[in-house]
Amino acid sequence: MGIILNLAPAVSTKNTRSVQGSRVSSSRLSFRKSSSSIILLLLAISSIIFSASNATAAETTTSATKLYGTVLDKDGLALPSVGIDVTGPEGFTKSLTTDAKGDWEVEIPTKGTFSLTINQDDLPEGQSLTDPTKSTIKANVFMLGVDLKILFPIGPGVATASLLERSAQLAVDGLILGLVIALAALGLNLIFGTTGLTNFAHGEILTFGGLLTYYLSAIIKLPVVIAVPIAVLLGAFISGFLQDRYLWKPLRKRGTGLIAMLVVSIGLAIFLRYFFLFLFGGDTRQLPQYAGQAGIELGIVSITPKSILTTSIGIIFVILATLWLLRTRMGKASRAVADNPALASASGIDVQKVIRAVWVLGAGLATYAGVIVTVNQGVSFLMGQDMLLLIFAAVTLGGLGTANGALVGSLIIGLFVQLSTLFIPTELKYVGALIILIIILIVRPQGILGKKERIG
Amino acid sequence: MDFLFITQQTLSATIGVNTIIFALAAIGLNMHFGYTGLLNFGQAGFLAIGAYSVAVPVISFGIPLWIAFVIGIFNSIIFALLLGIPTLRLRADYLAIVTIAAAEIVRQIARSATFNDFLGGSDGITGKFGKDFFALNPFKSGLDTPILRFNANDLWVVIVGWTLVAVITFVMWVMVNSPWGRLMRAIREDEDAVRSLGKNVYLYKMQSLIIGGVIGSIGGFVYALSRQSVQPDNYGTALTFFAYTVLILGGAARVFSPIVGAMIFWFLIVFIEQVLRQGVANDLIPDWLIGVNQVGQIRFMLMGLGLMALMIFRPQGIFGDKKELALDAKA
Repeated sequence: MGIILNLAPAVSTKNTRSVQGSRVSSSRLSFRKSSSSIILLLLAISSIIFSASNATAAETTTSATKLYGTVLDKDGLALPSVGIDVTGPEGFTKSLTTDAKGDWEVEIPTKGTFSLTINQDDLPEGQSLTDPTKSTIKANVFMLGVDLKILFPIGPGVATASLLERSAQLAVDGLILGLVIALAALGLNLIFGTTGLTNFAHGEILTFGGLLTYYLSAIIKLPVVIAVPIAVLLGAFISGFLQDRYLWKPLRKRGTGLIAMLVVSIGLAIFLRYFFLFLFGGDTRQLPQYAGQAGIELGIVSITPKSILTTSIGIIFVILATLWLLRTRMGKASRAVADNPALASASGIDVQKVIRAVWVLGAGLATYAGVIVTVNQGVSFLMGQDMLLLIFAAVTLGGLGTANGALVGSLIIGLFVQLSTLFIPTELKYVGALIILIIILIVRPQGILGKKERIG
Repeated sequence: MDFLFITQQTLSATIGVNTIIFALAAIGLNMHFGYTGLLNFGQAGFLAIGAYSVAVPVISFGIPLWIAFVIGIFNSIIFALLLGIPTLRLRADYLAIVTIAAAEIVRQIARSATFNDFLGGSDGITGKFGKDFFALNPFKSGLDTPILRFNANDLWVVIVGWTLVAVITFVMWVMVNSPWGRLMRAIREDEDAVRSLGKNVYLYKMQSLIIGGVIGSIGGFVYALSRQSVQPDNYGTALTFFAYTVLILGGAARVFSPIVGAMIFWFLIVFIEQVLRQGVANDLIPDWLIGVNQVGQIRFMLMGLGLMALMIFRPQGIFGDKKELALDAKA
């Protein structure tokens, strides 16, 4: 059997997942965290490629191979004489310390998996690993002759902040995460309400929005303030209007069943995700402009100006969308369609037009959610997938098909995900959110604001 | 282009270990989705439970492999109960969201550093936990012919695996053609009608969830044993989605369709991958278009497109009957 079953990106998700939804205010920090993930991610991908092909080409090269890196503190200053232990296959062990510039390197003799453990006791006061449980990094060396950079992400340390400060900061981060979820969930819920489609490809609208912003600002070199509106308009047009016009509308006309459409959306999500990977590569990239913006201290919390601005605009969008739903003719019509499409159609509402409006609005909002994540944390091809289950959790929590429910559910999920890290390990924060989802469904299956009839 | 190599790889994959794993996962889903209409998107969770139940007791607690199998079956029943009690009263799309969340919970707990000592964290568990199984291997050498190639261990897994698939398929055939099976299909078509006849629909759905889940976890046994390792990120949502692709490809609500679907699925995947790979390696496909690292991505893109096209143009699959499968979430 030359072929190893590989659900390749499933392997890579583990490294990027931790970055998503992490503290927006410390974007530089999460960037470092992600760049070490990127290396592992590339390793994972290359491992798959080489394990699946006849690996003869890879084995012929034998030259000295190094693992290397630099240990820097939270302000980017070098940390000298920090001990790192390296162990590898065939009893390979080596201990080394960083030099005056914080650099270290080790030559390795064989291919295989090497474990690098940083000695946390050597870190000076006030500096510690951003995740103290991750003091060991595993590096898989599949090809000799290719040097690997290994990074240990270091931050201000957990112990330095008081419980109150941490809670306040996490609450702010949770609200921001909740807003991002809400922007995406509104569209998902409106589309579900009017067409019955459970759209598993909704996360990809976020990713697409992020990629548009990245390409417009980093490749075409537009200023971010111009790139963002263009990206939102393009996202609303392509992910909203065109997607509905050329995919979902024909399917509705064919009379495709709802479950069939759900599976189609899964196929679309898989296709788009790997298409984005194909175009963009597997790393998380920052916008060049405003990349390393310093946070402003507001009382006991710290927020970057860019996240204040992007979230304020996001809140305005949410308010406008809610007003649109409640006050305008189109919004009222969309609620009528959600309630009873046949009756709405009979009373003279153009159902297809309403659905189109809902798609354009929903895609625009989700695109903007992708923009917020991109501006503050960088963009990767997995960012939509990482958000998707949280979006579903929020929507289910609030009540499928109810617009206000999506808002409430999103804020609860966002706050819960962030605040739960006070009590449970950071890596399990999504588990907490998903468990809440299941508990709510046992107690109140229709969701917090849902109507009972909807659960069937 | 080395066509002989492509043929050998493709045919070996068509009847290989992965085909067995996906066939078992899809047989379980066929019970859930095909016969009972339960939209279970957490099948990967059942496979993960099966795989970890084989590896963890043997490696971490020194329990014999044969008892670990029993533990695995037991665990998957517990998981099915945990999953079913809150969700089986809900509508299909709610069930989908909750099961996908439950499978993700399993995966994230399995890969968390918190339980590193037992579950191996994100690297999973690698070790000789299957040595009792491979000690029974009668084959001293593998099979190496121009059209098929397996090493000795894979050959043993393949033979035992196909025997399992055959036995389980036979049991499925008996079950779905019994009065019990007809009742299941009735639930799929119209729950309320069945309820009005005085049947406890909830209980029958639970039975379906347990049986399908146990079959899925047996797929997890094969997954873990064949590789002598368990990696949490192999049990992500993609595994469930591809198991669905296999099932829909063959045609849901047909006893043999998961087997045929899995064979066609892996035939296509490996064939396309090998052709692309050789094309890139021999410069038949220019580098600017597809790099050598991008073949895997193209493969997944095609899988996504294939799943869409299948669902749009032939939702009943290759052997399915359109009348048999008029599923909808309007319930």
